[in-house]
Amino acid sequence: MEAFFKEAVVPHFNFWIYVIIMMIGLWSVIAKNNLIKKLIGLSIFQTAILLLYVSLGVKEGASIPIIDHHAAERSLVGDAGAINPDLIANPVPHVLMLTAIVVGVATLGVALALCQMIYKDFGTLEEDEVLQKIKALHDDV
Amino acid sequence: MIVTFDIIILVFLVIAAIISLSVKDLLAAAMVFGIYGFLICLLWAEMGAVDVAFTEATVGAGVSTVLIIATILNTRRRSTD
Repeated sequence: MEAFFKEAVVPHFNFWIYVIIMMIGLWSVIAKNNLIKKLIGLSIFQTAILLLYVSLGVKEGASIPIIDHHAAERSLVGDAGAINPDLIANPVPHVLMLTAIVVGVATLGVALALCQMIYKDFGTLEEDEVLQKIKALHDDV
Repeated sequence: MIVTFDIIILVFLVIAAIISLSVKDLLAAAMVFGIYGFLICLLWAEMGAVDVAFTEATVGAGVSTVLIIATILNTRRRSTD
């Protein structure tokens, strides 16, 4: 048990928490009744996926992906050892996730606008009450 | 990456996620969701993704909390679960 903890849990703690947060988000989307609660859960689900991708770019002992000015000049002249890639975190997943954050907030805004329209039409944000009112509407017709 | 800092923030992250989904007051849920966004912003900065941290602090913790609060103002604050 202790060996499992040392070999599997602590070095990959980000990935364990990624799974836990993702399942919390999935549970809320399925089980919660309030529509705004569902949207908060969806945002939490999204940040879990961002956590997975940013964790892939992490290196042990690496710093932020900004190159020292002098090192950049030296590498342009032909000094191959001027920039050490082991000391720089991989910036490619960061850039991809930057786009995902912005798109996520845009979709959250649209979803919250739809919630306001649902509230205007049905007077409630609880999923079961909305479904009941839709069913009553169909029974009248 | 600093492992102790990482583990502390990740544990608080799970706690904030559970609290924001289990409180019945939606305004409190929105505020705890803002705390969640700020914690994950700290996590990005700690993992070396400073650009993602800036965006998360403004957009994730700021704008999405404001959007949720605006929706609560136009609708109802109580939630059944």
